[in-house]
Amino acid sequence: MSEVRYTDQHEWIRLDGDIATIGITKFAAEQLGDVVYVELPASGKKVTAGGEAAVVESVKAASEVYAPVGGEVAGANEALAGDPSKVNADPEGEGWFFKLKLADTEEFSKRTDQAAYAEFLKGL
Amino acid sequence: MTAPTETLRQTPLHALHLELGGKMVPFAGYEMPVQYPAGILKEHLHTRAKAGLFDVSHMGQAFLAGADPARALEWLTPADIIGLKEGAQRYGLLLNDEGGIKDDFMTTRLAGEAALYLVVNAGTKETDFAYISEKLAGKAELTPRPDRALLALQGPLAADVLERHSPGISKLSFMRATRATVAGAPAIVSRTGYTGEDGYEISIDAKDAETVARALLGHAEVLPIGLGARDSLRLEAGLCLYGHDIDETTNPAEANLVWAIGKRRKMDKDFLAGERIMDAVFNGPARKRVGILPNGRAPAREGAEIVADGRVIGRITSGGFGPSLNAPVAMGYVETAFATDGTKLDLMVRGNAIPAVVAPMPFVPHNYRRAV
Repeated sequence: MSEVRYTDQHEWIRLDGDIATIGITKFAAEQLGDVVYVELPASGKKVTAGGEAAVVESVKAASEVYAPVGGEVAGANEALAGDPSKVNADPEGEGWFFKLKLADTEEFSKRTDQAAYAEFLKGL
Repeated sequence: MTAPTETLRQTPLHALHLELGGKMVPFAGYEMPVQYPAGILKEHLHTRAKAGLFDVSHMGQAFLAGADPARALEWLTPADIIGLKEGAQRYGLLLNDEGGIKDDFMTTRLAGEAALYLVVNAGTKETDFAYISEKLAGKAELTPRPDRALLALQGPLAADVLERHSPGISKLSFMRATRATVAGAPAIVSRTGYTGEDGYEISIDAKDAETVARALLGHAEVLPIGLGARDSLRLEAGLCLYGHDIDETTNPAEANLVWAIGKRRKMDKDFLAGERIMDAVFNGPARKRVGILPNGRAPAREGAEIVADGRVIGRITSGGFGPSLNAPVAMGYVETAFATDGTKLDLMVRGNAIPAVVAPMPFVPHNYRRAV
């Protein structure tokens, strides 16, 4: 059973074993509007929590996506290159961005759970 | 003098924007819809396929009266205003003393009317109006009309739709204007716009704005369109955005807007910085505004450096994604040696060099209904 956590930067993280899948939340996708381009990190790249990991561009603007936890990039959603609209259509499913192999799953457990993220959204 | 204020102004259609689900953002001192629930991509494509309604009431409208307002205005613009026929509209550049561009604007000579009807940009309207009044003091009198709203109906079906509310208006040709009645409201209608598509701009009393907008939106062919798609449509059409692609530091020659200088005006040079501007036209400017198509899908945004021969040779002034091309599009200034169509360049995006090529504009062919 995989677990999902969130950040206040509106990223979601799903953990399966020591592999975390990362994307942006439905709220973030709605705020961005139509996504036209996603720049994804190369496999093998090491990222630290809070570091820049990807870029998502809507018609209007470019936004950085930060790594919510540290780790080594273990794959990216190549389907987004051909069809970036998947980020709007299914942000928390087919619109995932990249996977990280985590050195430390403790960092993951410290991130916000769904109930707390829902509360956070209410306050915005 | 107007006191600076942080309060955003609202157009007469503000309540309608909210009702339609518009996502409101600050723009040029106004609270304006950047998009509606359809989203920028759909709004853009809908305008090119059918028709879109834009609220451009934030733009500045005014009348210029006097003994000979056309002759007076020609001191501030290189456009041929004296030669403007009744019922015709013309694009012009408002110059500063150095030959830089204070704004771009439209001038209309309505049939049987002595005063000229002007439309200037929203972000510059207060300074433009003060500047024109001051420069033309004693020669012409400017009367701003903040009591008027302005709608743009753009797209290949715009004429079909407007004809239903203003019989005969489909016969008006491109860059012509007339007084007419639209959905029962007295209006100034011009066959113009800023999307590259056929369409109209409709100036009406603020109190009639909502009635007219609702009448036009009542047709299935018409969607409300926000600022986001307005920007992507004008960029694909190769049209300048004031404050980005042209400003007080750019002159008409380097902005590639020599076509906005009247033939007679080029000879007479009887406008602000006339000698200086015509020197730049005849000798060729040091830099030039060009269209640029980046390879791949990553947009290069305003401010991105343009690199060739291992050095920075220019900068992007407008860049984004062109929904009709399904590809990124941009314009910017490059040293004249690199301004020829087909020239290969690199655009610096987040530290990476993205290959790009200088390309002719418009990126999407204009679809205007010129007189036959």
